[in-house]
Amino acid sequence: MKFLNKRPTFKFMSRRRLAYAGSLALMALSVVVLATRGLNFGLDFTGGTLIEVSFPRDADIDLVRTNLGEAGLGDAVVQTFGEASDIVVRVPPRGEEESSADLSTVVLQALQQGVEGEVVMRRVEFVGPQVGDELAEQGILAVVYALIGIFLYVMMRFQWRFSAGAVASLVHDVVITMGVLSLLQMEFDLTVVAALLALIGYSLNDTIVVFDRIRENFPRMRKSTPVEVIDASINQTLSRTIMTGLTTLLVLVALYIFGGEIIHAFAFTLIFGIVIGTYSSIWVASAISLELGVSKFDLLQVEKEGSGTPVDSQP
Amino acid sequence: MNQYPAWKYALILVILLIGGLYALPNMFGDDPALQITSARGFPITPSLETAIEERLASEKIAFKSKEQSGNRMLYRFNSTEDQIKASSVLREALGDTYVVALNLAHATPAWLRAMGGKPMTLGLDLQGGVHFLMQVDMDTARGQQLDRFVDDLRAALRDEQVRYVSVRREGNGLVLLLRSSEDRARALEIIRADQSLQGLIVEEMEGGEYFGLTATVQEQQLIELQQTALKQNITTLRNRVNEIGVAEPIIQQQGADRVVVQLPGMQDTVEAKKIIGATATLEYRAVDETNDAFTAAQTGRVPPESRLYNDMNGQPLLLSKRLIVSGDQLIGASSGFDQQTGQPQVSVTLDGVGAKRMLDFTRDNVGNRMAVVYIEQKPGGRRTEEVISVAVVREPFGKRFQTTGLDSMSEASQLALLLRAGALAAPMEIVEERTVGPSLGKYNVEQGFKSVVIGFLLVLVFMAVYYRVFGMIANLALAANVFLLVALLSMLGATLTMPGIAGIVLTVGMAVDANVLIFERIREELRAGNTPQASIRAGYDKAFSTIADANITTLIAAFVLFLFGTGPVKGFAVTLSLGIVTSMFTAIMGTRAVVNLIYGGKKRVAKLSI
Repeated sequence: MKFLNKRPTFKFMSRRRLAYAGSLALMALSVVVLATRGLNFGLDFTGGTLIEVSFPRDADIDLVRTNLGEAGLGDAVVQTFGEASDIVVRVPPRGEEESSADLSTVVLQALQQGVEGEVVMRRVEFVGPQVGDELAEQGILAVVYALIGIFLYVMMRFQWRFSAGAVASLVHDVVITMGVLSLLQMEFDLTVVAALLALIGYSLNDTIVVFDRIRENFPRMRKSTPVEVIDASINQTLSRTIMTGLTTLLVLVALYIFGGEIIHAFAFTLIFGIVIGTYSSIWVASAISLELGVSKFDLLQVEKEGSGTPVDSQP
Repeated sequence: MNQYPAWKYALILVILLIGGLYALPNMFGDDPALQITSARGFPITPSLETAIEERLASEKIAFKSKEQSGNRMLYRFNSTEDQIKASSVLREALGDTYVVALNLAHATPAWLRAMGGKPMTLGLDLQGGVHFLMQVDMDTARGQQLDRFVDDLRAALRDEQVRYVSVRREGNGLVLLLRSSEDRARALEIIRADQSLQGLIVEEMEGGEYFGLTATVQEQQLIELQQTALKQNITTLRNRVNEIGVAEPIIQQQGADRVVVQLPGMQDTVEAKKIIGATATLEYRAVDETNDAFTAAQTGRVPPESRLYNDMNGQPLLLSKRLIVSGDQLIGASSGFDQQTGQPQVSVTLDGVGAKRMLDFTRDNVGNRMAVVYIEQKPGGRRTEEVISVAVVREPFGKRFQTTGLDSMSEASQLALLLRAGALAAPMEIVEERTVGPSLGKYNVEQGFKSVVIGFLLVLVFMAVYYRVFGMIANLALAANVFLLVALLSMLGATLTMPGIAGIVLTVGMAVDANVLIFERIREELRAGNTPQASIRAGYDKAFSTIADANITTLIAAFVLFLFGTGPVKGFAVTLSLGIVTSMFTAIMGTRAVVNLIYGGKKRVAKLSI
């Protein structure tokens, strides 16, 4: 079976102006959405207490709210979690706080009222505000350090123009994905930070495959312009790009559907990220390195095919 | 044409065999079990074994098998009901001296265990349990140490009969004011000579009405103090956790001033929180016998050197602000019976410094009372102080002493437990807590397993349809990859968490990438008119550097994730990076070996099924 029977000859780079416009518009929109709606930070970053309980039957949310209000927890946020019988109660952090142990007992007792059968505690999470700040800081640092590390590696293996293209496309992916998370008000917790880093890894994977082919093609296609070389490289790797994207999407969709509520935001972030990452490898990473003036002179000194030794980028 | 040397096939086979062997323990599941350990390091004697087994037999509870390792005895049961029943029976029978903990023992066969085979440890989110992150309040620890210096300095000056105006704490040091320069010179000598005042940097203070000295604590000493405080807290926490009876608790230092406590499989979470969450210290203080507590309580006029408390019965009690001994000087406390009177009592042991201070105090205070204040630090910075014991000093004592006059044995053991629990160098506060109920853990395992299997099957079908025979070969490699990954995680003793499962799922998706790259190259070479054998070789060769580059960059991201991630996120980073490494082996070497076996020997291959 083949998706593309003949080798495709799409002229990707001729549409790059359009792609720039699209990407810039999406990024601008994302920034606006992020600025206005913000991220729906999870407990990891806000601090506070979260209690997940399971009712014997579908939970009566109104009753739950009344009961919590009577217990002096009127500021608690109640949501169903996955199934209608599961609910999550979030209590914002307080200055003079009761111990979370006491709090979860209070909540359990409050919820039990007027319910037949036992209400089961499934999960309690308490994060102090100080820890929340630290986790947020570490999350941001992780993304920044990953980008720096990648920039250096790509520069060493290829050339700074490719590095800049790769990092630009990664920033593009992260910003737009975060914009979508903000738009949908998906919960943003530590697992989502992990998903963002996995997305960086994946998108980069895609980019590197194309770059590798560009590096290989420049000396072969001596008569061609950089635009032609880049187009040819993207076309040659296109079926691989689609194939890998699809298999990864397959497992992620399985994870999204069957992995349970707790992994939803993670799976969603990656599913969206892979789509945007595939796009950006083509139209952002390659196009930006083209704009920065990648030419055959940058990559003229070529190693023996397939030997895998680093290519020096000196002209 | 395309042949591997024999040693390469052998190497692949050996790696796969070892992988299979170490992945195997994960197939056997767990036995509900009870773990019996001695609370105070007594050996497990054969007579104890007989006693346990007789007790179980009399209750008609059958056990599956037993094993002993060091001071730990493990009984496996056929069902959780038997386990729970046996635990309550044995807890009653063995009392205080032995700790009976519920445990899930791996049902790995003995021969596999002998080779070091063990299943992956499930994280708290998968098996249920409690996770606490506790922060040691270093400011208080430092303050306590400075207070002790103040007390020691006063005592030393008094012993040498040097009259001083005042000794007080100021910032990170002490200020001592004296009336004459002779006194100051003597005080300086005393400080330099006194063993307990080492580590103070003393300077003369100029100006002012009095002759002053300032003493600051050396930075090095402060750091050491903090480390000791933390270590002591960890030890105390460990003891306390052992008293609850948890099978495999994790208590570790994290960063400069934090401790992680994990109690996997803990079923009674409320109990755990009670003991762990109520972080505590204690202080021995003299009862102020010169002023009347009732008057003070009524008038609200508390003498400046004292503080007003309520005793256990709610009666007002005035305690001197001067600290005799604090929790960190307490080495041990145990409950028992007085051999002469048969009354319940608590025996307390102090360390050297504590013993000297206790002796100094009791020598001058026979017939006076002494109280123990138990200080609890609750999450959110709330602090409660409670008098847990008031006793008359019968005679001078130091290192060891007994508290008697307790109403019952249970009161004695409660006091001993509180004393031990209070033997903390500094108060701690819970800054993070995650509790997962056992039902959610089980649910997570099922969901995780289901999503791995379904995702895996989807990829298998997709690859087989798209690349036919080569797809099947890639599928073999993918299966081997999952096995190797599980084997590696088991061998490393890594903990499997829900994000870890996500890492495995993602690895499955991305592991095929290497094969896709190779197979697309082979197709290209075929299209370019090359012979099948040449195409195979060129495909593998040319794809290699691409695969290496792509995977190394992903590894960079995973490595950063590992460095900055905490807990579950670290688990994701570990599975992802190990998965990348194993997939390089299976997807390149593994598939090449199979391809060589199928096509390599033939002189002429007309067509590749790709």
